[in-house]
Amino acid sequence: MMPALEEVALHTPVVEVGGIGIALHTTSARFASMVEDRYAGFVTQDGAADLSFEVELFDPREREFENARRRGISLEELLEDSFAEPPDDLAVTCEHRIWRIHRGDFDAHWNPQTGRGHIRQTVNPYALDSVLRIVHSLVLAQQGAFLIHAASAIRNGRAFLFSGVSGAGKTTISRLAPPDATLLTDEISYVRKNVQKNGMKHRSANYRAHGTPFAGELARLGENCSAPLDTLYMLAQGPENRIDEIHPVEATQMLLRNILFFAHDADLVHRVFEAACRFVERVPVRRLTFRLDAAVWDLIG
Amino acid sequence: MSNVYIARSTAIASRVLAGETMVMSVTDSTFFTLNDVATAIWHAADGVTPLTEIVTQNVCPEFEITPQEAFTDAEEFVRELATHGILQVSDQPMPDQDSVAGAA
Repeated sequence: MMPALEEVALHTPVVEVGGIGIALHTTSARFASMVEDRYAGFVTQDGAADLSFEVELFDPREREFENARRRGISLEELLEDSFAEPPDDLAVTCEHRIWRIHRGDFDAHWNPQTGRGHIRQTVNPYALDSVLRIVHSLVLAQQGAFLIHAASAIRNGRAFLFSGVSGAGKTTISRLAPPDATLLTDEISYVRKNVQKNGMKHRSANYRAHGTPFAGELARLGENCSAPLDTLYMLAQGPENRIDEIHPVEATQMLLRNILFFAHDADLVHRVFEAACRFVERVPVRRLTFRLDAAVWDLIG
Repeated sequence: MSNVYIARSTAIASRVLAGETMVMSVTDSTFFTLNDVATAIWHAADGVTPLTEIVTQNVCPEFEITPQEAFTDAEEFVRELATHGILQVSDQPMPDQDSVAGAA
């Protein structure tokens, strides 16, 4: 007698950032639950998606996870200790128009023409975080847009970016934000061209900043909303709060240093370079020097 | 400096912004800003015009500098950009740069 086929439930949380939804098809209820928890506010179940990935999990520590679960230790707690420092051997390459994104804890393939891909990863939220950021950066590059190392917030209906390398003050200025500012992120900002659903450009502003679930030291997800982009501030620390103009060429170079792109693919680099140049031509880029107190927000918005 | 030919690499991205020329290598993302003299040399780097001719005809008359000073600056400029693969240098003319596989 043939054994009955066991029905395997398929879970499909959709993580939508910047209006781009990525569906993650998985048979693991635990993984789906982790996605919902980690990206709360940016997740829908079985919603519309622009891109789609089959997620295959592997972990040699399955038994350890099961024992931890029986002892009441959460998966997050266990993984925090185990995966605090993800591997740094990231490689992003394009061959025959298929992107391959590989690191020690994940291996992903993505076809930009079909929008479909496959991720094989450990049960590790940092692995998925990295894949999502990289895929979004590839999608945005095709659109003349980008992810950037920057905090961002909305105030009085306009978005402001605060960019800089680690230690520049992104998280600090986020912490100092007044109650009337809506925080979009303290680490990775999402910049898209400001187009209407019919493809026509908005007249109000050339770009829009979107909230992201990619948190830095603040360890807090941004709000899932967006606003027209007013100014990009390059952060510096000093004895007084002030705003200074930056020459467009210097602004372009500073912007390029902070845009996230992971592959030295000629076409991709061209696109990112052009995106940065166009952005500087259309959006004010200024230096914001601040002395690490909340009074800096008197200058913003 | 005799018989030196220079050509813009295809493995670069470049743009003029606010009157200045920016060039970025697509190989290692090195970023350069070219001053007026460097921009003149850059635009004349067609692979078939000798560098000496570029300097004497495009640089010296335009910027009122001595040939010796111009040659010294040009050599340094070419050497630095060639190191990053932004300029190709040869002792022979390079007539067909579009077919050169310079892209990463």
